[in-house]
Amino acid sequence: MTLQRRILVLVCAVLLLAAVGVLAVVRASSRADEKNQPQAGGPQITRGEVTLAPDAGERRIVFRNMAWGPHRDELATVPAGAPQGPRTASGVSCLRFHAAAGTGICLQADKGGVQESYRAVVLDAHLKEVSAHPLAGIPTRARVSPGGHLVAWTVFVGGDSYAGTNFSTRTSLLDLRTGTFDASLEDFAIRKDGKAYRNADVNFWGVTFAADERTFYATLATGGQTYLVRGDLAERTVTTLRENLECPSLSPDGTRLVFKKRVPGLSPDAPWRLYVLDLASMRETPLAEERSVDDQVVWTDDKTVVYSLPGDFGADLYSLPADGSGAPAPLMASALAPAFLG
Amino acid sequence: MYVADSRGTPAPAVTPEPQAVAPGTRPGRRAALAPTVLALGTVSLITDVSSEMVTAVLPLYLVAGLGLSPLGFGLLDGIYNGISALVRLTGGHLGDRLGRHKALAGLGYGLSALCKPLLLLAHTLPAIGAVLALDRTGKGLRTAPRDALISLAAAPEDRGRAFGVHRAMDTAGALIGPILAFLILRGAADGYDAVFTVSACVAALGVLVLVLFVPGRRAAPSPGAEPVSLRAAFGLLVRRDLRRISLCALLLGLCTVSDAFVFLLLQRATGIADRWFALLPLGTAAAFFLLALPLGRLADRIGRWRVFLGGHLALLLAYGLLLTGGAGHGHSTALPYAVLLLHGGFYAATDGVLMAAAAGAVPEEHRGGGLALVQTGQALARFAASLGFGAAWTVWGPRPALAVAAVLLAVAAAACARLRPADEADARSAAETRAD
Repeated sequence: MTLQRRILVLVCAVLLLAAVGVLAVVRASSRADEKNQPQAGGPQITRGEVTLAPDAGERRIVFRNMAWGPHRDELATVPAGAPQGPRTASGVSCLRFHAAAGTGICLQADKGGVQESYRAVVLDAHLKEVSAHPLAGIPTRARVSPGGHLVAWTVFVGGDSYAGTNFSTRTSLLDLRTGTFDASLEDFAIRKDGKAYRNADVNFWGVTFAADERTFYATLATGGQTYLVRGDLAERTVTTLRENLECPSLSPDGTRLVFKKRVPGLSPDAPWRLYVLDLASMRETPLAEERSVDDQVVWTDDKTVVYSLPGDFGADLYSLPADGSGAPAPLMASALAPAFLG
Repeated sequence: MYVADSRGTPAPAVTPEPQAVAPGTRPGRRAALAPTVLALGTVSLITDVSSEMVTAVLPLYLVAGLGLSPLGFGLLDGIYNGISALVRLTGGHLGDRLGRHKALAGLGYGLSALCKPLLLLAHTLPAIGAVLALDRTGKGLRTAPRDALISLAAAPEDRGRAFGVHRAMDTAGALIGPILAFLILRGAADGYDAVFTVSACVAALGVLVLVLFVPGRRAAPSPGAEPVSLRAAFGLLVRRDLRRISLCALLLGLCTVSDAFVFLLLQRATGIADRWFALLPLGTAAAFFLLALPLGRLADRIGRWRVFLGGHLALLLAYGLLLTGGAGHGHSTALPYAVLLLHGGFYAATDGVLMAAAAGAVPEEHRGGGLALVQTGQALARFAASLGFGAAWTVWGPRPALAVAAVLLAVAAAACARLRPADEADARSAAETRAD
């Protein structure tokens, strides 16, 4: 083939491939616009006031609204008694959210530069920003302690060109009473099987706080195994309690943890099942959800947990008795990261 | 003796070599870069844009797009490293055996290009893991034949420069890819499929440039020639120079702390904020990009082995800065820049330069297999080093582990300075003998 011929082929191919590429981007862009239009049959959403105050009247749910429309990804609220009813949206966008005792934590995208970055924002009862912290990765978990004084969040870090496909997590803790900020739980002293332990591959995620505003539970991963740890914020230590346990969530009475467990023999696509662990007897019981759940559950009271599963518009919420009985029941569609307040 | 050897380098460097030096080249001036090297550099640039687009958005896609938890994703890495080594040796050897480096490289690039549209169909972690494994198989397959093509296209005294140009172009692609990907995501929120589609188009373009502009084997192996057997390929290690180069690459590879750890140590030493952490690899890549060509030329002038060892001294210096610049000494703002510059310089002085050095120690008909052998030894050694360093970190903590790595690196570099294979001058005269 002559050089001229080859260049002609190249130019044609460039034009063709560029057309395919541009078409793909335009299609994705118009699809993104579509998500800003209200979906048919979706919940009715109006802009209004959303408060995290514990004493603001009836019991309610504040959550990330996933329904399409102008309020997608905003914090919204519904009465706990009518979760499928009309929603009130706040105008504050969050990817992950949790709240308790008038304090909220919102992990949000910061659409400033070329590369999307994220920040953790502590909110007061009126959703006003108290403080903000830049994040090193993609938000995944967020928790506020029952008394509203402690905040924790976890992000995924990794995937850069040199580290390849290895992902790690970073979990940060913030004490709002003193302003003490622990950028990484990995700086805490680890006691594993009764001995001091350290390893570069240590990862933490999924913190849940106890009512004493000092003790917490979390997942520790090292050497290909996950562990339940109990942490002490004052001593800055974590101690392993049990293997194969992720994303614990402590019951309001502090006696049980619901967590996700990797059950051997399940498909690697859907490896997790929900279990409840009694902290006094260390006995675990499977919950009556047969699907794989990749979420840190939220307790609505001492008997019921709520969690998300993938849905038509991102995620739907389900509720389930926390003792292994009953069956999962749909709570609300197109919603994520609920907090039960009041 | 080393200094004496290389002092006269400029003179032999322009010794006419009928086959390789372009006619009309005046003494003291370099020949124009071989078009094949530029074409291969372009192919690598385009392919890296494509693959780094995917790498950059993959975590976001998994977590935000698919709602998956990618932890434990790296578990297959160990097993995969072994397979990758085998694939690399196979690619290098088959290229020699069939006399078709271009076809093997094309197969590797094609395989990786095919993986991009497959990503549109894979929605679970195991499926995505399989696609990524296939992608890396393609990468393993093409590396040695491509480097063989570069070394065969460039004049022996110009190999450092040729590899330098290639590695600079390759790294440029790695720097452009993520920017392109995030621009697409800005234009189309959640448009991961658009990123993968564009990436597939870019990859296809890379394969096309290879097919159109990289010449195949100039002459078929003469019928009477001995076929390139597997035994002969492994018999390459009988050659003293290649054996020494492989041994040194292996030895030094065993003392190389992997990138992930270097960035982690740098963050610990300087307290760099988390939000900058993701930019550290870009710093290394930028230094690699800027230094690859100058150091490649330097290697042609003063000796590849010397630059290769110099690169490891830069790495040693980086270790030293990490060890001394840490806690208690106050945080210097220059430290991260210095460490990243040295780290990128280490790659610029070792990656392509090692191939330029090794090419001189392998006869043409075994070029792919020989280069694959050196690369594989180095890759496996580095993998072992990262496991070892992780274990040392667990037992001793990060700083003592780094101190041990630094001592080992110094010893290995000293040993390799003594083991020094015959310099390019010898290899060149060998090549001339063969050409006669």
